[in-house]
Parts: sequence; C-alpha cells; structure tokens
Amino acid sequence: MAKIKFDHVTVKYGNHTVVKDFSLEVKEGEILGIVGPSGCGKTSLVRSLGGFLNPDEGDIYISDNLVYSKKKRINRSPETRRLGIVFQDYAIWPHLSVYDNVAYPLKKRKTPKAEIDKLVRQALEQVRMTGYEKHMPAQLSGGQQQRVAIARALTSSNDIIIMDEPITNLDAKLREGMLDEIRVLQQNLHTTIIYITHDQEAALQLCDRVVIMEPNGNICQIGTDEDIIERPANRFVFKFIGVSNFIPVVEEKGKYYVYQAKKELCYAEKKPKGFISGKPSVMGIRPMDIVFDDESPVKGVITQAVFLGTLFNYFVKIGGAELRVQRSMLDSLDGREYKEGETVGLRFLNEKYYDAEEGEVRK
Amino acid sequence: MSMSFTRKNSDLARMDGKKFGLDQIMTVLCFLILTTVVILPVVMIIYNTFWDGTKIDLEMFGRVIFREENLTAMKNTVIIAVISTIFATIIGVFFAWLLGRSDIPMKGLMRWLFSIPFMIPPFLAAMAWDMMFSGRGGYVNRFLMSIFNLKSAPFNINTLAGIIVIEVVYYFPFVYMQVVSALERMDPTLEESARIAGAKQWYVIRTVTLPLTIPAISSGTLLVLITSLSNYGIPRMVGSSKNIFTLPTKIVDLVNRAGGDFQGIREATALSVVLVIVVSIALFVQRKLLKAGRYDIIKGKSMRPTLIKLRAAKYPLLIVSLVFLTLVVLAPLVIIVLVSLLRAYGLPFAWENFTLANYTKILVNNKAVTDSIQNSLFLGFSSGFVCLFLGVMLSYVIYKVKPKGSGILETLAVLPYSLPGTVMAIGCILAWSGAVFGITLYNSIWIIMVAYIARYLSYTLKSCSASLQQVHVSLEDASRACGATHMESLADVTLPLIKPAMISSFFMVFLPAMRELTTSVLLYGPNSRTLGVAIQNLRDNGYMTQAAALSVVAIIIIMVCNGVVKFITRDRKGV
Amino acid sequence: MDQIVLKNVTKRFTTKTLGTVTAVDNFNLNVREGECFSFLGPSGCGKTTTLRMIAGFEDLSEGEIYLGGAPVSIRSRNLYVPPEDRGLGMVFQAFAVWPHMNIFDNVAYPLKVKKVPAAEIRERVKKALKHCSLDGMEKVFPSDLSGGQQQRIALARAIVTSPKVMLLDEPLSNLDPKLRETMRFEIKKLQKEFNFTIIFVTHDQSEAMALSDRMLVMDMGVVKQIGTPTELYNNPTDKFVHSFLGQSNFTNVELSGGRVYLKGDRSVPLGMEAPKTGETEMLLATRPNTIEINREEGFRGTVVKRVFLTDFTEYIVALGDQTVRVQAPHRNMFRAGETCYLRFANPIWYSAKKDASDAERERRTLV
Repeated sequence: MAKIKFDHVTVKYGNHTVVKDFSLEVKEGEILGIVGPSGCGKTSLVRSLGGFLNPDEGDIYISDNLVYSKKKRINRSPETRRLGIVFQDYAIWPHLSVYDNVAYPLKKRKTPKAEIDKLVRQALEQVRMTGYEKHMPAQLSGGQQQRVAIARALTSSNDIIIMDEPITNLDAKLREGMLDEIRVLQQNLHTTIIYITHDQEAALQLCDRVVIMEPNGNICQIGTDEDIIERPANRFVFKFIGVSNFIPVVEEKGKYYVYQAKKELCYAEKKPKGFISGKPSVMGIRPMDIVFDDESPVKGVITQAVFLGTLFNYFVKIGGAELRVQRSMLDSLDGREYKEGETVGLRFLNEKYYDAEEGEVRK
Repeated sequence: MSMSFTRKNSDLARMDGKKFGLDQIMTVLCFLILTTVVILPVVMIIYNTFWDGTKIDLEMFGRVIFREENLTAMKNTVIIAVISTIFATIIGVFFAWLLGRSDIPMKGLMRWLFSIPFMIPPFLAAMAWDMMFSGRGGYVNRFLMSIFNLKSAPFNINTLAGIIVIEVVYYFPFVYMQVVSALERMDPTLEESARIAGAKQWYVIRTVTLPLTIPAISSGTLLVLITSLSNYGIPRMVGSSKNIFTLPTKIVDLVNRAGGDFQGIREATALSVVLVIVVSIALFVQRKLLKAGRYDIIKGKSMRPTLIKLRAAKYPLLIVSLVFLTLVVLAPLVIIVLVSLLRAYGLPFAWENFTLANYTKILVNNKAVTDSIQNSLFLGFSSGFVCLFLGVMLSYVIYKVKPKGSGILETLAVLPYSLPGTVMAIGCILAWSGAVFGITLYNSIWIIMVAYIARYLSYTLKSCSASLQQVHVSLEDASRACGATHMESLADVTLPLIKPAMISSFFMVFLPAMRELTTSVLLYGPNSRTLGVAIQNLRDNGYMTQAAALSVVAIIIIMVCNGVVKFITRDRKGV
Repeated sequence: MDQIVLKNVTKRFTTKTLGTVTAVDNFNLNVREGECFSFLGPSGCGKTTTLRMIAGFEDLSEGEIYLGGAPVSIRSRNLYVPPEDRGLGMVFQAFAVWPHMNIFDNVAYPLKVKKVPAAEIRERVKKALKHCSLDGMEKVFPSDLSGGQQQRIALARAIVTSPKVMLLDEPLSNLDPKLRETMRFEIKKLQKEFNFTIIFVTHDQSEAMALSDRMLVMDMGVVKQIGTPTELYNNPTDKFVHSFLGQSNFTNVELSGGRVYLKGDRSVPLGMEAPKTGETEMLLATRPNTIEINREEGFRGTVVKRVFLTDFTEYIVALGDQTVRVQAPHRNMFRAGETCYLRFANPIWYSAKKDASDAERERRTLV
C-alpha cells in the first residue's frame, strides 16, 4: 500500500515550472530520500504535501485519502493532513518549553491531559531527550533542538514524518550520529519517512530508497544505495553523487582507445564491460578508480600533486584533457612518490560508459 | 470538503466558498484607518491653503509667506537648524570616537549621562537653560556677576545664539548614539589591514574609520536637522518672550492670535506648507545619502575593537569631557530641582528659602494641574494601546499578507513621523472641526489622541515589523502542520513571539506622549490640558517655581517608566 | 635564512572565569625564507594570538620576535615596532576590504601611504590585480562582488607592496568549500610568483596539509608537533595530534610475548609486531584509510555497517567487542554482515593512560 502518492503533480511560479508532472509512491514503513541540487523543486514538493503550497496540476494522496486535487477541487488544509514535519531550521517555538513544543500537536487535537503526558514522555524518550521537558529551546544545542523537532513531528503524526534538509545545519560528526538515530527511531516505530536533501551522502547513508532528481525537476533514478553507487542510471546521477571524470573513448578494430585530440591511447584489448559500441561514448570514472601503473600504455603527465590529508590528489594531463586521480593513503605507504611533471601510466577500474554529449567527441 | 484556508492562492480559497478570511478583513481595515488618520489631515492642509471656500486662492499663500515677520521666522528656523546641526555633529562624533574607540576611563558613567537627554523633553531643557542664563535673572549669570563684580549679565540665552547653544547640547547625543553603535559594530580587521598596509594610527582614522562611519554620521546629522527644523519647545521657551520666532512657534502664534478665526488658521496652514517643504528637502537629501552609502561593515568573527591609547591626553580629555557632560546634562536637571524647592523665583539658593510648598500647591490644590497629569496618563495609555494594536495589524498585513499596495500602506504609516508635530496638529484641527461628516472633536481630548496616534504609529510599526520579520514562516507552518488553524497559529505562535517587541513599542509611544507639547499646545481645550501644556501655562503666568515642581514630577514619571521598560526588556534579548 | 624567528614567546591573559590563562606558552619557531608554514589547532589554541603578536597587534608577556633578522618585539628591552612598520602583508578571515573604496583604491592604498609616484602605483596595482585575476575591475566596488572576489582584492592588496612575509589568518574559512580549494591553489601560485614566506593560520587540517611545506599543531597554547604534513599525518607524537589531523581509530590492545592482542581476547594475535615499551596495555592508533580490507588475509572481523561516501565506501568493522572504521574505494564492496580480513599498514602506539593535557582541557570546558 502506498502511504503517500504524488499523481502527476505540477507546480509553477508564474511562468516558471518548478515541478513538472511528478509522480511518486512512497511505501509504508520506508525511509525514502528525495535528493537533488538546489532548485530542483524538492522544497515545493514538501510544501505541496504539507498544504502550504497549491500545485497547479495533479493529485496528492496521504494514507489513501485524497488531500489535494486541482481537478476535483479538493484542498485539505494543513492542520487536517496529520503529517509530522521537521523543518530545515527546526522551527522549534522559542517561547515554549520543550514539553509544550512537543505537546502542542496533541493539545490542538484535544487529546486528554493524561494521554498527552504519556505521549510526550514517549516521544521524548524516543529522541533521548527525557529530562529536558522544562528547558527552553535557547538553552539547547543545535542537535538537541533537532531532536525536539523530531519529537514534535512524532506527536503530530504517528506514521508519516517529512524531513526537509533537517541536518544541513549540523557539523559532520553530529550529522552522522543524527542519521543513525533517525534510522533506529524508524525501526522502532515503523514510521514512513520522507527525507528531502541536497546532500547525497546523507541520503545514501540513511534511506531505503533514494530518488535522484535533475535540476529541472525530473526523476533520474529511484533505487537503493547500492543501485545508485554501482549502477548510476545516467551521467547526471554519476556526476551528482561524487567527483567524476568523463573521458571520450572509441572502439577501433577490437581495440579500445582513450580518444584525446590526435593521440589515441589504447587502454583495452578486449571489450570492457558496459561499453556502448557504435556511437560516440564517454567513460565515466571516479578519481579513486584510476590507478598509477607503469606498465599501462596510457601515459599522462602529472600537473599537480597535493596531499589532502586523507588522500593524495593529482591532476594528470593526457592529451588535451586533465583527469583527476586520487591515491589513497594505503597505496601511498609503499613509499613511491609521484611528483609534478612526472609521466605516469594509468589504468582504469570499475568504469561506466555513457553516451557522449554534443561536441564532446571530435569526428 | 473540509474547512480550508489558503493564503497565496485566492483561487483555491474560493473553491471552498470562502471569499473573505481574516487576512482580507485586516487588510481592508488597515487601509480605512490610515486614510482617516493620516490622509485626511494632510489633504485638509493642502485643501485649505489653496482653497478659500469658493475658489482656488494662491494670493493668500503668497501674501503670508512674503510677510516680513514670517520671512524672518523662516530665516531663523534655517539658521538655527543648520548651525546647531553642524556643532551637534562635531561634538557627537568626537564623543562617539572617544567612547567607542579610545581607552578613556569611566565610560560607563559617560554612557549613562548620554542617556539622560533622551528622557527630558526639549522644552524642559530649554526652561532650565533659561533659568540659568536668561539675561535678567538667570541664576548662573547672577552668580558670575556677583563673583566677578560685573555690571551686566555675561550671557544672554534669549537670543538666536542662545537657542542654537541649547539645541546643540540637546541634540549632540542623538548623533553620538548613531555613530558609537556603528563604531562598535565595525569589523576591527578593516582598520588593522590599514595598519598592515603601512598607515599610521591617525591616517587610518582619517582614511578608513571616518569614511566608514559616514553613513551613520549623516543619518544622525539629518535626524538632528529635521528634528531641529520642526522643534517648537526650545525656541518657544527662550525665544518667544524676546520676539524671536521660528516657523513652528510662528504657526502656533498665528493660530492663538486668530482665536478661532478661520482666516487666521488658514494663514497658519500656509506657513505649515512652507515648513513641510523645508523638511521634505532635508528628508530627500537623507534618502539620497543613505542609499548611496550603505556599507556592510559588520561581518566577520566578533572581536573587540582595538582601543587606541590616549597616553598623555587621557586624563585632560577625561576631565574636559566630564565637566562638559555634567554641565550640559546634569546642570539643567539640578537647576529645575532647586527652583522647584524655592519659596519664590529669584530668591537665592539658601537653606532658609527652600520649601516643599510648590509641590503641594500643584498636586493638591490645583485642579488644572492634576487634570493635566490625568490627561497625559490617559493619552499615553490610550494612544499607546491603539498604536500597538494598529502597529501589529499593519506589520502583519504588510509583511505576512503582502496584499497589493502594501508599499502604500507602509509609506502612509511612516509619513506622519516626518511631518512636524505642529503641522499634524493643524491638519487635525482642520479635519476634525466638523469638516468631515460633521464630526467635531475640537477642544476635546480625542483630537489630541487622534493626532498622537498618527504621529506615533510609525514607532510601533517599525518595532513590530522588525520583530515579525524575524518570525520565520516555518514557525507558523509548523503549527499548521501540528493541527492548528490559521487563527490558532497566530495566537499560539506569532503573537507570543513578538510580545517583547510589542511591550517595548507600547512604551515607545507612551513615553513621548507623556511629555508631548508641540501638538497638544495647539489642540488642547479647557478640559484637555496635557502635562506639557500645564507646565508651559504655569511658567507663562509667572509661577516659575510651580512650573519647575511640575517638571520634576513629569521627569520622575518618565524616568520610572523608562526603568520599567528596561526591566521588562532586560532578559528578553535573544528571543 | 630564517625569515621569522620566535624565541620563548609567551602571552598571558587574565579573564574573569578562568583566571590567568597562558594563551601562548614558550613558543619557539624558525620559519625559513620562502616557506609556507601553517599553524593548525582548534579554536582558542593560541594560533591567532601568535599570528597577531607577529603582526604587532598584540604585545608579548615574554620573549622575542625577529622578522628578516631584525628584532620587532623584544619584551625584555621593551622594544616594539608598530604593525605599519613591520613591512608585512596580511589577509584576514572577513576579507577586510574597505567598502568605501573601489578595487583600485583598495589595492593602491599601501602604495599611497608610502608616497609611491602615481604612475608607478598604477603599474603595480595593475600587475597585482592581474595576478589575482581581477584585471579590468579597477572601478568596481567590493560590495558588488562575491566573497571569493573580495578575498582576491585582499590578496592583491597584500602582495602589491611585495612583502617578504605574508600572514594569512583563516583567509578561506568564509568561502564555500569549492572556492576554498581553488583559492588554495591560487595562493600557492602567488607565492611562487612573488616568493614570499607564508604563515597560514587555520583550524582545517586538510587545508593546512594541502598548502604547507611545514606545519605545526597547537593545543591550549602549547606547540605539540612541528613537521611536514605527511610526517605529522603518519607519525603523530600524541593522541591529540593524531585525532586532530584526521579520522582515527583508537583500539585497546594487550601486549604479551612480543605479540599484540585485542584487549580481553588472547585467542588470535593481530598480525603486527609489538612495540618495545614495557607496557602491557596500549592504544593502537590507526587511520581508516591505512587499513586494508580484503577477503583473504589479515585479522578477521565482521562488517557491521556500510556507508557510501562521495570519495569512498566506509565500513564499520567489528573486532571482538571493539569496532574500527575502514575506508576503501567503491570497488569490491562488502555487505553488512559479511566476514572480512583487515591488515593494519601503519600502526602507531600510544600509552593507554590519560595525560596532563586531557585534564587541562576538561578543566577549561567545565568552566
């Protein structure tokens, strides 16, 4: 059963279409990540779901109830949609204590006093904030405020929580801890969570399924973390989830060449996995998947070598293009140093192939 | 389907058959109220200046402004304003630098001294200066004459120069305030990088520090210029007796002499138009300057600015500053208190001449005075509450509802702030003496209240809207998502969050209303004297000591209220 | 030649809450000509205070500072050269470009102060702007520019006088991560061109390591270690430096008979030689990126969790009741629950006992 369903939703601001014909079903009890660069319409989707924005076309269902339909003229107001929303800036009310913040949704729904007490206690327990009931938000750290926001979302809705970029304001260490906590919480309560972010790392780390959106609001890929890392659906996804090189390649008489201006360097004698024959294509490869190998016929010159703390970063020029190559600390412990100006052989591992873009491969 | 309320999309609101929501009702209300309170008086002034009841009449306007006494008043107004602004700026900037950037000791004391002029109304300060330095009987003059055996008084405050001196010492703290905060918030690395570039300390001040504070200086300067142009109290207290008039005092004089005669009021109206034109020019310049130089000088990690060591100049400068500040800030207060204790004005300050009789006279037996205190308290509270209510509603409509024409709303609400009080009062007389729907408020306390509301509305609007803009939209959205209706979300979240701003904005109206003179002097009737009017009347009728006693009462009320505000807003910071 | 020399430099402050604090304690340093030297440490460690003493904005409680061989601050002789006479270039975190001057006037300011002839000013400003990729923007005002461009103005202003020493006080912290990386390279390029000595203050270890020839790590006013970036990264002298310079695993181990065991489990030794310290319990420090994870050889563990990060995959691997973090390329992935083998390529040993600086840090955080 789909917990939330977007059915051909379109959102426009004036003449500018932010979300175009967007359809998506969120399964009950999953954590679904919606990831995309800023401006891809993620926030418009959340606001439409919450009832703060009225899409120009389409239907939205929550728990199989139609809450918005342009055609049928249905528009349930935000307070009747029963969602828990965790806003990017937490939106904790600074004039209310932690208890009152978390109790607010229950009070609005006329829950009996004793029941409120019980539910607030449970919610605070879930986010490990027991004992902070009397604190005012200003006395809490960013991470604690975040937890209060989640507790409030829990009392607001017991089965659907939407998180809009909730951890972008936290530093890296806290962020990782928070993601673990959200995961544990979800496992305890079987809540359906929609997690909206522009941070692909956080989404991959947390979500059961991830939806990757293009800047124009189209969905590129829906899949698990492994699907997305191992089998990026297209060039955009490949580029979006990490640092990437794209190298034009050609096939000629059963040999495979890195195609760079006039120099043609053979990198494979057998057809590589995934190679697209018969049309201009590029190899997509991560900096860590290019390794230095003196035996390789593909030669390049190091133009820049920098120690980045966790790894060595090189720019290697082959023909007219500059590749980014990274060497892990582990490999560099062999004592072999690569310096600027040095000529090195390159070997490619675990590469992907995509159609070339217009003008990328010279005829 | 269910009840629904949408803000952005009126189309969908209509789907549910709801055409008018709370937001729309408030919007309409805002336009109606501002039209009545602001547009009407302004229109009436222009209408009456150029319309004599039957036809367009430009002749009267020309006749009035070219009359010699009026030309002199115009000249005086401009001379006083320009000269006192220049000196107030120089002194204000000097003290701002001294307190904001040098290592002079006793900064706390000096800061406290600077806050005092903000509590004393200008006419009281002028009255005190008159007591000290008036040509004939000023106490300081007499003291100096007896010590140095002088034949005539060394100073005469009842001159153009005297008015200028009072305005300079009264207004320089306004410049100081603007500049010192700019200096304190300035990123110290801006100056440090100039040092690194090889510049000496004084060169850095000249080429970096001062140019960067120019926006603050010019905004302080123009504030002084505009206030001085429309100031009534100071020239009235020290100049009128010697026939030195400025535009505001002349306008009031014309209205008083007219004694209700419509032609006389029309002449005052003509002068008001002139005053508005002069002020508008100053305002226009201010806009231009502020727009040109809005620098962002307050970013970076917060670091305390490096203080410049005054070295040998430290203690001489400290002594000069303390003497100056004591003289200009404390001396007027002291003289008023002393005079209020005298058995008769003119007696020397000696123990046997002191009495508390003045206080009992005014507070026990004088109904006119006790009424005036009551009236002022009533006006302070009522206009405070009305302005607060309107300010919250207006800022909500302007910044959250954002209807078409919200810019007009804002301009209208802020307009009376830049209109001289005298002008606003004339407008109210013209509007509420039966001209509109036959409503007559003249001579009643209500006309004063309407005028106060128009004048002070911008204070509450500014304070509330600044606070409201801090309330992020997600805070309201969050309560909607938690099951609150639009009304509930306003009541539970929005209003409580701007409560501190609401409290302080109430006092921003209450305090100036308590000590107001300029507007009420034109609008009071037999039963609606205000505190300021009562003091002025006592003084004009020769009851100098009682006037002083009432002034002390007024100052105490103001200081207590100030203390209350400070106490209430004390630990509200950061909410 | 040593361009910058600090001898026994000490700075004490008195604060209300902590009493007297030694912000910089007996600091000795020689920075060679043309070197890029970084001060790295957490906020409040005294690095900025030290830089400001070199610049002349703070006086010394004790010690001596020499620039280019000449004394500029000697406490015992009460000698103090003001900042404007030290002939330095300096760039601040908040850019500190003057908003009331256009780019040309900003950059020309140091030359105007020195009364350089107008024609020469024009020429030198032009050259400086060109090197900072700001050519043709002389008339633009800083407020119309992005943070990155404003920082370039500050750089141009600092290099226009061709100073021998350039002090950079967290100059990249206000920029977004991408820009930070490009600016890093631009600073290095400028250094090659103009051949100045750099002191670079930062709290970002990757920035310090990418830029510096040598660097130091400071904590609570004390210099912990001085060396090249790889020396510090691969051989930190103590636990603080280890964890400050990058992600660290600290594993409790027991030593017995020249072999190393996980604490409380002597069944299988970790495949490495024990250090000869005489202690029976120690901390084994490793970095996630110097542990090899494979399916064939090494110490056996179980993958508890797998996380995909941008540059690599990270595994949390259980070793007995402890866990270590391991980072590997995205190839040959392991699943959660899978058995794996670990090889520790660069083990570093620390005493298991608490040291004095831990106690001081606790005192300061408690106040």
